[in-house]
Amino acid sequence: MNVLARFGRFWWDFVVGDDWLVAAGVVAGLGGTALLVHYGVSAWWLMPVVVVALLGVSLRRAVRS
Amino acid sequence: MSLPILFLAAFTASAVEMVEALTIVLAVGVTRGWRSPLVGTAAALVALAAIVGALGPALTLVPIGTLRLVVGALLLVFGLQWLRKAILRASGYKALHDEDEIFAREREAARSAGHEEKAGLDWFAFTLSFKGVFLEGLEVAFIVVSFGSTKGGVPIAAAAAGVALVLVAITGVVVRGPLSRVPENALKFAVGTMLTTFGVFWGAEGAGVSWPGNEAALLGVLAFVAAVSLVLVRVLRRGRGVAVGAPA
Repeated sequence: MNVLARFGRFWWDFVVGDDWLVAAGVVAGLGGTALLVHYGVSAWWLMPVVVVALLGVSLRRAVRS
Repeated sequence: MSLPILFLAAFTASAVEMVEALTIVLAVGVTRGWRSPLVGTAAALVALAAIVGALGPALTLVPIGTLRLVVGALLLVFGLQWLRKAILRASGYKALHDEDEIFAREREAARSAGHEEKAGLDWFAFTLSFKGVFLEGLEVAFIVVSFGSTKGGVPIAAAAAGVALVLVAITGVVVRGPLSRVPENALKFAVGTMLTTFGVFWGAEGAGVSWPGNEAALLGVLAFVAAVSLVLVRVLRRGRGVAVGAPA
């Protein structure tokens, strides 16, 4: 593996960690929140719900693997 | 309101990571002598301070809304990773971090490694200590920098990390062994909860949300995340047939 690939791999592991679904879910959740706010919805409740869903799904995947 | 929680989060995260780094430095030091691992440790701390020193002021150039969105996302990803691991360990699905075992393993690796001298240093001892302290501290450096999205956040978080570093170092010198009695998983659980809380709060604010009660909502989010995590530990333990009152 060349230096660039190792560098990229390090940062992927560092930021994304064990479950890419968590990182993807966080981005989707924040995007959804911004969208709701844009359409005038007071969306403060969405991220706490996303956290519960992501933790639940990620733990389920870890337990089954 | 957020500054005391921010101090606590940075302090606890730093303490946990420094306990892990201390185990590596101790194992190398007792096996191969102290000079090279201590130089490696000092070099890693200077590199980490440089990262915080360079990125901290640079954050003031980013618009606050964008900064909070990015920082919130980063803290959420870090926080959920810490929480996930802590919940899996507390419920018995993942082995608890054992500093004594890691110390023995690192000591054996240090004993069996060859001797190569560069720049007057035992290169194996230097690089192992540097990597141990730098990699364990990198996440803390990012957490400290992330707290720059609140006014006065970086100095307070950096001070918290410094206090944790000094305390762990002094304890390590006094104990002269790995700090295996530190309730590491409970601390990781607390850090995960706090990082996730800040991530939810700032991330949503960055996305344009106005929290009911403004900063007071932080306490509500903190209580919510902690409660959800404890329920998940309980559910997973029940699934494995582990007694609910067993230690984490």
